[in-house]
Amino acid sequence: MSSTPATLAPPARSRAANRSRRLRRSRDLWLGVTGVILVLVGAETLSRTGIVNPDFLPPVTEMYAALFAMLGEGWFWEALWLTVRGWAIGLAAAMALGIVVGFVIGSIPFLRKFTSSTIEFLRPIPSVALIPLVILIFGTRPQSAFVLVLYAAFWQVLVQVLYGVADVDPVARDTARSYQFGPIRIARSVIYPTALPYIMTAFKLGAAVALILEITAELVIGVDGLGRELGIAQSSGAVPETYALVIVIGLIGVAVNLLARFVERKALWWHPSVRSEQS
Amino acid sequence: MTRFLKATGYALGLPAILLTAWWFGSANSTNPFWPPLQTILETFPTTWTWDRIVGDVFPSLARLGIGFGIAVVLGVALGTAIGLSPTLRALSEPVLEFFRAIPPPVLVPIIALFAGYTGWLGKIVTIALGCLWPILLNTVEGVRGLEPVLGDTAKSYHLSPWRRLVFVILPGASPRIFAGARQSLSIGVILMVISELFGANRGLGAAIVQFQRSFAIPQMWTGVIVLGLIGVLLATVFKIVENRMLAWYVGQRQIERGV
Repeated sequence: MSSTPATLAPPARSRAANRSRRLRRSRDLWLGVTGVILVLVGAETLSRTGIVNPDFLPPVTEMYAALFAMLGEGWFWEALWLTVRGWAIGLAAAMALGIVVGFVIGSIPFLRKFTSSTIEFLRPIPSVALIPLVILIFGTRPQSAFVLVLYAAFWQVLVQVLYGVADVDPVARDTARSYQFGPIRIARSVIYPTALPYIMTAFKLGAAVALILEITAELVIGVDGLGRELGIAQSSGAVPETYALVIVIGLIGVAVNLLARFVERKALWWHPSVRSEQS
Repeated sequence: MTRFLKATGYALGLPAILLTAWWFGSANSTNPFWPPLQTILETFPTTWTWDRIVGDVFPSLARLGIGFGIAVVLGVALGTAIGLSPTLRALSEPVLEFFRAIPPPVLVPIIALFAGYTGWLGKIVTIALGCLWPILLNTVEGVRGLEPVLGDTAKSYHLSPWRRLVFVILPGASPRIFAGARQSLSIGVILMVISELFGANRGLGAAIVQFQRSFAIPQMWTGVIVLGLIGVLLATVFKIVENRMLAWYVGQRQIERGV
């Protein structure tokens, strides 16, 4: 409905369509807000009336009270910083490695055939299988989390980049070659634009997986960060704090998703998938 | 024939090289963390006896199966309902966005509060909740992205709502549902292992951590290998099921691409 170019539609109709779209959008916004409020009020009621044992599910207001109390404490910001840092470093390393390896393997047919069985075999190996190993080697140091994040996110990135490079139009590639473009120039001006949407998908998937593994490493192994604080809060019976930390971690997750979407829109402003969304 | 040989060579070449490198690279290893591959393979049959497979591996897989099954049923049912109703979708979108963004392992401490973590219940709930979101959200997208002509045709043929659901909506959304289920399965394997790391009990993940804590390093390595093999096996089974059930879709896509 929104993919019709604006120049073709008569102006009066497009204005009306614009208005109805704006109306729909504001209605959706209010419905969304209502949904959030319903859930919050519902949880509060379940807890206050004792339908769900308040020892297990404290009232939402108490969770937020615990959350705001935490905001004033140094350890919280320290843990938040460590979590975000671990996530960012692991993801950046996985992206860099995945893109370089993917470009090299993807653009050489021999390598692609030679490695495909190994990639198909290594990819589904769950990264948590490495947990005992990293505990032995690194203990609770941040390297443990780094290895897990890197391993999990790398495969996501690599596979997407390989799809992207395989998607390159052979005619465009041959044209570039007959114009005597060097391999670097071909990579930059032919392969990269085709692979970019796939790289953005890789970033979206990788960012989410990296956060899962970072938190897992903190929770299970005891690497410093929010996940470890969560484990401590739960085992010491501080229930509202436990929920408050879950809320914070969930909000980090939301922020990560929004960031990924924002980066995609900025990097792919020229791509039809983004342009049809905005017009 | 030569073509077949070539394909086999490509498929087995790199794995063979890597295994050989591991075998000889670790042959005289005295580093306790990296035992020789030979030692690992020798401890394999004595570690993964039938008793252990029945006692540790099967329960883990059963919990994964039950949790994943619950997630598929719930995800498809809720996802179809949300996908069909724009109001419901707008109402639930921010809430779903939040729940989806919570890394599933975080649920473990919360579920431990409710269900305890020694029995099966807490673990199954963890797996089911973690697997639910990708299936749910992909079902919503799949139902929403359905070809409008299909829906109108079904309506003009006076198909009953039930038949429309079974013959038009669910098949149309199935490629997205499978994409979500594939994501869920790998999350499920992760949660299967993690859920066994809490509380002393049995299971594949618990066994591997037991080995690590008692510094039985070659045994631990065999556990890592078993876990890897299970991951690969599940992915293969899933792919077979998917290719069977989505054969029409794969064929259609190939025609569209002009292959």
